[in-house]
Amino acid sequence: MLAVIQLAPIDLSILILYCLFVIGIGFALKRYMKTSADFFMSGRSIPAWVTGLAFLSANLGALELVGMAGSGAKYGIATAHFYWVGAIPAMIFLAVFMMPFYYGSKARSVPEYLKLRFDERIRCLNSLSFAVMTVFASGISMNALAKLLNQLLGWNYDASLWICSAIVLVYVLKGGLTSAIYTEVLQFFMIVLGFAPVVYLGLKDVGGWDKLTQTLTVVAQNPAALELNTHHFASNAWTSAWQPLLGGPTANPMGVDIFAMVFGLGFVLSFGYWCTNFLVVQRAMAAKNMSAARRTPLIAAVPKMVFPILVILPGMIAAGLASKHQDGYRLPPKPISTAIYEKAIPSVKDAATKGTAPDVAFKSIAEMVGTTAKPAKMSHEKMDALLKDAPKLDDKQIQIRLQDAVLENDYDGVILSLVTKYCPPGLLGLALTALLASFMSGMAGNVTAFNTVWTYDLYQAYIAKDKSDAHYMNMGRVITFVGIFLSIACAYFARQYDNAMDVIQLVFSFVNAPLFATFLLGMFWSRCTGTGAFFGLFGGIGASAMIHGLTLAEDKGGWLGTVLYTFPSTMAQNFWLATFAFGVCLLLTFFISLATKRTKSDEELKGLVYSLTPKTQDEEQAWYARPAFLGCVLLAICVLMNFLFW
Amino acid sequence: MGLDIRLPIGMMFTLIGLMLAVQGFLTSGDKAMYHRSLDININFVWGVALLIFGLGMLLASLLTKKQENQPAEKAKAVEKTSV
Repeated sequence: MLAVIQLAPIDLSILILYCLFVIGIGFALKRYMKTSADFFMSGRSIPAWVTGLAFLSANLGALELVGMAGSGAKYGIATAHFYWVGAIPAMIFLAVFMMPFYYGSKARSVPEYLKLRFDERIRCLNSLSFAVMTVFASGISMNALAKLLNQLLGWNYDASLWICSAIVLVYVLKGGLTSAIYTEVLQFFMIVLGFAPVVYLGLKDVGGWDKLTQTLTVVAQNPAALELNTHHFASNAWTSAWQPLLGGPTANPMGVDIFAMVFGLGFVLSFGYWCTNFLVVQRAMAAKNMSAARRTPLIAAVPKMVFPILVILPGMIAAGLASKHQDGYRLPPKPISTAIYEKAIPSVKDAATKGTAPDVAFKSIAEMVGTTAKPAKMSHEKMDALLKDAPKLDDKQIQIRLQDAVLENDYDGVILSLVTKYCPPGLLGLALTALLASFMSGMAGNVTAFNTVWTYDLYQAYIAKDKSDAHYMNMGRVITFVGIFLSIACAYFARQYDNAMDVIQLVFSFVNAPLFATFLLGMFWSRCTGTGAFFGLFGGIGASAMIHGLTLAEDKGGWLGTVLYTFPSTMAQNFWLATFAFGVCLLLTFFISLATKRTKSDEELKGLVYSLTPKTQDEEQAWYARPAFLGCVLLAICVLMNFLFW
Repeated sequence: MGLDIRLPIGMMFTLIGLMLAVQGFLTSGDKAMYHRSLDININFVWGVALLIFGLGMLLASLLTKKQENQPAEKAKAVEKTSV
């Protein structure tokens, strides 16, 4: 992102058109919002293809889009593991085994399922942690949006933040969950149709898949040339998903071993997210009947399998283009903020006129751009050239060359750099609107999940129990306002305290890691007790925190004093942390359950536990429409994809 | 739920497709502008594609509506004759 783009009238028109449509959808749905069930759960009336696409889109936030492209450049095709190993199996499991409990029980949310299955303690823990996490996620998303609009288009941060939040507020207020779902489906099509041309052009430009593979072998052998990695790897490291994993952490750019990848990511983290996160599960629970609810994750799995082409391939293309310096392209450098420019540009001019020794000038500017403790990584040659030319250049040119001299890559900027490279005005508007759409629907999704969990699991459960339905619906509307305001507050917080946000997200990862163990035992073992579940979960969270405190990975962690182990990468640390958290939670829950009395009888647990629930009558459906069969087909295709990119 | 989602999606993409196609048509002589998209008039090409997609969605929505109305009309006809 070296320069601010000027939007042509057509680009702006597409953006405004989108905003008008989403607000229009909200108003059009207003008359169907008669009960709280309509507002929070869409009255359980949405067809499967809609809930399926919404299910996928709720997860496909802009940060995921942006992040996946960045990871595609940094790690190559191995990034697809997040989809093929880290999502599809979990989605199939949710559809076939868990949906009957979520949809069939009287639960209106995931925490409510926990209350019906266990007791209030674990429901309270889950709903509080989810509510906080989802508001923060919303804030992070909106901060990223406002920053993007500011850096890319030069728009005012505050105006962008408040106006976009206001648009989301209007359509969620009017149409509730249904608005959020409909706009999520709209977002899905915008992303596919907005980015497909960019991927096509990029692939054509780089010479096709085979040519790209060849270029990436060069990258794999010397990633340091593009500042991607300090080690070098075998030639297939960017284009082969599994073989480099087999060689251990030193043989692949992600720095993980196969067990951590398959168990940590593929099982614990992936199932933990897809099977228990209310943000996505809420969309499936809005389906019009049980079979639609079960088909929702399966329908979502189909595009999910193909998405790597849309989101990961651009990153790989970017790495390929940068490697060949095609048309002078380079991976975008880490952006320098305006505040730093104001100090750095005069310094450059000063050093040039005074004739300071290049080494001294370089050091002081690198410290200014980075920090004194950790100076920015900059190119000596480019800086030397800049210092020589500085007297002849104006401020704008110095700014551009200073930014270009930064060596560290801005992975989040990769997809945008491709969009600005290939899109003429017109298509540019579509791609940017697609990105904007995904940020905004991220906020809408989080706010609708938040207002449901607040109203049913916190307000109705603990504060105001037996009020009328209209009362809860009003509360839902009020809390939508509150949710949006809290998100805005979190956005400002994220903007100001970058490091604090990292800590907060770390804490959330501690909370999420063991969660699946609790659900697994709860749904499949009738002997599991509330006390066991509650303390098991706490134990799992504690174990996560402890492992993080006692180990080190790329300077992260190790805050408990001693370092017992150093991981080759933060990703490896995350995966192993999840594995331990899951294990501890599973064991603790198991043993504490055996040691405590059951509080619920078999009759009460009917419809909540696998062994105590009559099998769903799938016989009415044709054999090829049954979830189990569809699940097997999808799994087979997924294995095939993995095999193709082996 | 009441509003068939294919309507707004169809409408929006028909409009965007139209806008892009027209833009592409009007700027088809501008070589410099399309140099970045590998000399393909991507606005026109993709605009037409989106237009087809949008119209397809609207068509699908109208056809389903027709199907739903037909049994209702049949039922009405039966009522009339039985009375």
